[in-house]
Amino acid sequence: MALPLGLHIAVQHLVHRKRQTLTSLLGVALGVAFFIGIASMMQGFQRDFVNRVINVSPHITIKDEFRTPPPQPVETVHADATVALRGIKPKDEVRGIRGARAIIDSLEEMPGVRVAPTLSGQILLRFGSKDVSANVTGIVPEKERRVTKLEEDLVEGSLDDLYTAANGIIIGEGIAQKAGIGMDDLVSVVSPEGVVMKMTVVGIFASGVTQMDNFDTYALLKKAQVLQDRPNIINRVRIRLDDVEQAAPLAKALEARFGYRAESWQEQSKNVLGIFVIQNAIMYSTVGAILIVACFGIFNVISTVVFEKTRDIGILKSMGFREGDIRRIFIYQGLMVGFVGMLIGWTLGFALVEFMGSIKFTMEGFIRSQGFILYKTPRHYAISGAMALTASTLAAWLPARRASRLNPVDIVRGAA
Amino acid sequence: MSAAPSITPTVTAQAVTRVLSGPLPVTLVRDIDLAVMPGEFVAVTGPSGSGKSSLLYLLGLLDVPSAGKVLLQGMETAGLPADALADMRLGRIGFVFQFHFLLPEFTALANVEIPMRRLRQWPESEVADRARALLDGLDLADHAHKYPDQLSGGQRQRVAIARALANDPPLILADEPTGNLDTRSAHMVFEQFARLAHDQGRSIVVVTHDQELAALADRRVHIVDGTIVDGL
Ligand SMILES: Nc1ncnc2c1ncn2[C@@H]1O[C@H](COP(=O)(O)OP(=O)(O)OP(=O)(O)O)[C@@H](O)[C@H]1O
Ligand SMILES: [Mg+2]
Repeated sequence: MALPLGLHIAVQHLVHRKRQTLTSLLGVALGVAFFIGIASMMQGFQRDFVNRVINVSPHITIKDEFRTPPPQPVETVHADATVALRGIKPKDEVRGIRGARAIIDSLEEMPGVRVAPTLSGQILLRFGSKDVSANVTGIVPEKERRVTKLEEDLVEGSLDDLYTAANGIIIGEGIAQKAGIGMDDLVSVVSPEGVVMKMTVVGIFASGVTQMDNFDTYALLKKAQVLQDRPNIINRVRIRLDDVEQAAPLAKALEARFGYRAESWQEQSKNVLGIFVIQNAIMYSTVGAILIVACFGIFNVISTVVFEKTRDIGILKSMGFREGDIRRIFIYQGLMVGFVGMLIGWTLGFALVEFMGSIKFTMEGFIRSQGFILYKTPRHYAISGAMALTASTLAAWLPARRASRLNPVDIVRGAA
Repeated sequence: MSAAPSITPTVTAQAVTRVLSGPLPVTLVRDIDLAVMPGEFVAVTGPSGSGKSSLLYLLGLLDVPSAGKVLLQGMETAGLPADALADMRLGRIGFVFQFHFLLPEFTALANVEIPMRRLRQWPESEVADRARALLDGLDLADHAHKYPDQLSGGQRQRVAIARALANDPPLILADEPTGNLDTRSAHMVFEQFARLAHDQGRSIVVVTHDQELAALADRRVHIVDGTIVDGL
């Protein structure tokens, strides 16, 4: 008899309705378990992706582009006028970041900022009968290794080998597989400018980010400039920060200061991050739908109990139970289904995550991995628990309120 | 029970009228005046549909008068919020209905404990002892741990009486409590009511059809068409 009276009555009501109670428990438990399983999988994947991107690619890239075309003189002079210009012919400028030296110097003075100049461009790799189009990024190894993790991602060779070979090139694992290229192989590299260069593969990297492994190659900055026929020009300033969180605001500041487009890693991975938002929305609505169904179950059980217990409600009220006492009896029932469902759901969810963790397979999407990448956090348990408790309390609320408002006179008169 | 007789009636109805409003208003009771003293056992009789139950609900603060007022132990009850009325019922009024209305999920003992556990006037340990004593007093000692569906009709009704007595209320209201009982059980129940009134000083109001049983009461109130026609 240690239970408070209201709770005691509530427990009795549920215990005497085992099958219905179990069904609604199962609904809540499945909602909670699915949430934990799906959230752990999706967030695991998303966090892993973000980590890899943060590790592998620069945090900010300053490009030789402008976000908005430069204003035409006529527009600046007559700012308020309705001026429409047609057929503007952009000036044929030599592309590249002007004053790159000065920009790099001033960036290097900032604390927590490391900088590497690069020149990126398109090339065609020709090996045997295979043609593979790729990006080539001209790098300065001693600067590059401070900005990206390219060196750590090398599965064969090293950055310094770029200096030892006559024309060294580092290619991604994806390219190597696609074209059947191995270490020390000699490939023909053709640039859109028509320069052809025989290059030796001195390194192969695997970043785990599919896009990079399939399209990126690296050569010395000087070689890249020759390939692109753009001596002394760089078109990318790559920046790594000690504090990743600063990427977006700093990118904005740099763009305002230098005029060139500065993209944070978030902006560069905008598409994927956007997909994550959609994924999360789908996850929440799926789990939400399961919980809504569970809610209907709870609503049903408690409505039935209220209906069947009308006489008991009448006697309890005539005995001196207040409306609040009656309401509580039925809200407790919802809460108990929610609470026990949550505990069962947590157990199932935990088991589900452990099970997914034990499955091994090769996956290749945005990233490459062996099996599910799972993120385990108490937050998933807290969120799913809160959702289950809120949902079940809400589901119990309506029938509970109806029960509390029943008029005992109608009941005792009707039953007599 | 205090030995000094109180002059305040346990329950008083003063010109109580109850009309159900609606397109066709129904008058349940009209202009009822009634006072029940402590230690008094009153039987309410009258034809079916005359308003006996309606009067009982009004005296028991389950329903509120459209006009007139009901005083419980001299205390005005008009205009009290529902929670206050519920609290008064809990501590001072015990109901017994024609049907026992026991909670089927609880044993006889647990059913008797419920009002006490809600009132919280006695410590948990004492609650069970009190409940057992009440059942003993109604010859139910051997049935304390049975569920309602394991009891006979008369036994259930006695459990319901024990429950009505749980919080030691000064007023017991019973609506045809013997309607489903055989003559012998019915007599036993009425003798029990008489003892509750005479030995314990409670006020008892019992509705019954049975003239013979009504004769066991101290006073009879006859109702026809919602009004008292014959107080004795
Ligand atoms: N909700 C209601 N709507 C309309 N009429 C009602 C309602 N409740 C009660 N009545 C009427 O009020 C009158 C008094 O009813 P009440 O139940 O008090 O009678 P009673 O004397 O207890 O009858 P019985 O001996 O059959 O139990 C009856 O005529 C009944 O039909
Ligand atoms: Mg009646």
